[in-house]
Amino acid sequence: MAQPATTVNDDSSVRAETPKKELGPVFKLAAGPTKWLDDRIGVAGLGRPFLRKVFPDHWSFLLGEIALYSFIVLILSGIFLTIWFKPSMAEIEYQGSYELLRGLQMSEAYASTLGLSFDIRGGLLLRQMHHWAAAVFVAAMLTHSLRIFFTGAFRKPREINWLIGVAMLALGIINGFTGYSLPDDLLSGTGLRFVDGLIRAIPLIGTWAEFFVFAGEFPGELIVPRLYMVHILLVPAILLGLIAAHLALVVYHKHTQYSGPGRTNGNVVGYPVFPVYAAKAGGFFLIVFGVLTLMGATMQINPVWVFGPYNPAEVTAGSQPDWYMGFVEGGIRLMPNWEWHIGSTTWSWNVAIPGLGLMGLFFGLMAIYPFIEAWVTGDKSEHHVLDRPRNNPTRTAFGVAAMTGYAMLWIGGGNDLVATQFDVSLNAVTYFLRVAVFVAPVLAFLITKRICIGLQRSDRDRMLHGAESGVIDRAPSGKYSERHRPISEGEAFALTEHEDIPALLPAPDTDGFSEKEIKREQLRRKATRFYFMDTLRRPTRAEIEEAEHHHLHPMIVGDGEHHAIEAEEEHHLAK
Amino acid sequence: MSDDTSHGQPGTEVATVDEERYPVPDPGLEEHLPRLTDVDEKAADRATRQVATFFGLVPLLSIGFAVVYFAVPGEAWIDFGPLRANSRNLLLGLTFGFALLFLGVGAVQWARKLMDDEERIDYRHSAASSDDDKNYMLTELDEVVEESKLTRRKIIGRTLLAALATILLPMIVGLADLGPWPTKKKRAETIETTIWAPGVRVVHDVTFEPMKPQDIEIGQLVNAEPANLQDLEGSEYQIEKAKAAVIVVRMDPNTITIPPSREDWQIGGILCYSKICTHVGCPISLWEQQTHHLLCPCHQSTFDLGNSGVVVFGPAARALPQLPITTDAEGYIIARSGFDVPTGPSFFERDSRKDFKVGDN
Repeated sequence: MAQPATTVNDDSSVRAETPKKELGPVFKLAAGPTKWLDDRIGVAGLGRPFLRKVFPDHWSFLLGEIALYSFIVLILSGIFLTIWFKPSMAEIEYQGSYELLRGLQMSEAYASTLGLSFDIRGGLLLRQMHHWAAAVFVAAMLTHSLRIFFTGAFRKPREINWLIGVAMLALGIINGFTGYSLPDDLLSGTGLRFVDGLIRAIPLIGTWAEFFVFAGEFPGELIVPRLYMVHILLVPAILLGLIAAHLALVVYHKHTQYSGPGRTNGNVVGYPVFPVYAAKAGGFFLIVFGVLTLMGATMQINPVWVFGPYNPAEVTAGSQPDWYMGFVEGGIRLMPNWEWHIGSTTWSWNVAIPGLGLMGLFFGLMAIYPFIEAWVTGDKSEHHVLDRPRNNPTRTAFGVAAMTGYAMLWIGGGNDLVATQFDVSLNAVTYFLRVAVFVAPVLAFLITKRICIGLQRSDRDRMLHGAESGVIDRAPSGKYSERHRPISEGEAFALTEHEDIPALLPAPDTDGFSEKEIKREQLRRKATRFYFMDTLRRPTRAEIEEAEHHHLHPMIVGDGEHHAIEAEEEHHLAK
Repeated sequence: MSDDTSHGQPGTEVATVDEERYPVPDPGLEEHLPRLTDVDEKAADRATRQVATFFGLVPLLSIGFAVVYFAVPGEAWIDFGPLRANSRNLLLGLTFGFALLFLGVGAVQWARKLMDDEERIDYRHSAASSDDDKNYMLTELDEVVEESKLTRRKIIGRTLLAALATILLPMIVGLADLGPWPTKKKRAETIETTIWAPGVRVVHDVTFEPMKPQDIEIGQLVNAEPANLQDLEGSEYQIEKAKAAVIVVRMDPNTITIPPSREDWQIGGILCYSKICTHVGCPISLWEQQTHHLLCPCHQSTFDLGNSGVVVFGPAARALPQLPITTDAEGYIIARSGFDVPTGPSFFERDSRKDFKVGDN
């Protein structure tokens, strides 16, 4: 929506069909190789649909791009790291250039990480870039998914792409964890110890799972090579496939767009892939790459030489996982110590519920939400114009409630740091968060919903009374009133383009429906009522006409008239 | 995906556009306003210079990277007040990072200021395929099934399904050797036991020196290991250390509670506990001398060492296992026996009935 444009008929087809054109020097040079290639794989035909394909422009669409570009940086920097990293737990005596650890027993994995950090030129830079890129990758995926959620971009026909996104987010988090477990330093070993405890705690099969993952008891000697395989082959390969599918679907569906004049459910308005989008997206990739490189150069991350080699009898106070594991860490810390001892068995709910249940709940709710909303609204149509979050207050409130719950858990993951930094009791912080993790989302839900409805009211006000002009009139009777200015056609269209809330019509006839079907429909109607109970209806055409009639002047004007009215007002003011 | 076919012809095959749906008619795209660079040649020249400058700096920075790579030693440092940075890492990153950044910024500036910025319109198609396509697929697929003779010779379909289902079996069975199977016997040899045994000396965890009761002061906590840990190497050493690590702590006997059953597990207020948290297995070591509490730095489970190691706070559910100790003929602290319960975090088959609970004697 950056720059407005006229609705000229697209002339790309005309240009593309122009049979012969005087070619520039570059094309003359490329003519030979291009013809060779085209004779074999038909590049002109392949490229034709994409050369001028339109993508809409908005800053919030860049979040997904950041995720994609940081993934590319992860692959590039990761390849560099594999050249020197040795995924082996064999114990050796360190004889490298970092004097403080010289002579110590450590695994080859840790020793080669030290080698990368101190002996390979550029190794530390690439290590830090890789780690920062991982943190940014997950953060970008998460914020991208929030953008999708709050604008309703997951609605038909994009549900499958939403599911692919949820899978990628889960895989990204898992791969981040397997990555920071590889160096076999004290911090990563502590993280693995935690995962060992978590796997063990799975009811019924926990011990088997532990022995199968670690090839016996913790830590064993195979976990690092196994995680290495998962980290550099298994998960990245799946991620690559999912990314390809994700982008293919974006191309097939064409990108969503925000509401605005000329932007409807049936079109997409934006810049063509070549040249504008290619330059902007390609440039943005290099900007992301550059910023990650500068972060690697100037911001220290995971200084493994400070932690020392893994020693199962040692741990550092204030040990923290990477940020994206924080909510699971918080669940583990806040959970009361529930454990069942039945006969000769132990059911470790204090670990299993937050460790596995929380991840399942988080990704499960994300995955299922589009289908819940579709069921509630009963809407079967395609949606290509994005919602403003205020126009679906209940969805927005659910999203903010989920974010709040996540935030409480995340703070819980650092309850010791909260206690030491703010000089409060650790126990009080924990007890408070145990309650807050349930209460805060409810409060957030209610507050968000009211804010959304308030914003809807202000939109409605603008539609039916016009924009506030700041000009106060005093009537002969002494009454003061503010003069309102009509809004433009474009704005009025943008304000009313969203779907109206679904109407709950009385059921036509219950004949021919089974008891079960009627019950289900009644439940659905209850859900619909809960969803849209307080939501404002969009003003109707009749209401707008009525308002115009009431105010004795048009509420909405074309651009030209708009300027005329402004000029008239200024004239008034001058007097 | 052949977008070019529908350019400029709304109405055909377009996804839902319903003019009646909107309370306000769509005024169409706003008028395209030219940018400063479109109307002012000087501004366009300025933008061109900016883009060229960004691109022009990239070769310099790339060469700078190569110079730094070969010229800057690894042991050079740059101080920024309290912060200290490795010169080579910093300069390599700055040259490469700014080279990438300038290349990107130049491209974006070029697109924003100089490339044509008129927005275009593409028309959408419904995501579903056309009725024609659907009909074709259905009739042809019907033919396909017919041609394959699958409907006439049903036994083929059934055996094929069975074959496809069972062909997965070798792939799953092939994973059965991922690790040893934790049978009852295997568990008893591994996760349910440690290398502690009667007579094994309790030694300092770094120096492996044995300790005598008189070496330990009241309020002192010592990290310790079994003396026989030294005999192990490699992963075996790590595995046993992860289970056998202990802490030896001395408290004033008058300020602590010792149940009658554990009277002879201690030496005048010197007690020995497993160092491995019963929650998820972190080594516990934050010692609150005055309260006799031991706090796990990972998830803040807190254990009362003055009361047989019971949990007083946090997510851990079970008391810290206590190791019975005594002294040998030379006066060194030794284990009376191994742990009576498995150390470390819970697992499903763990028999947790013997663990110490509040109220036990």
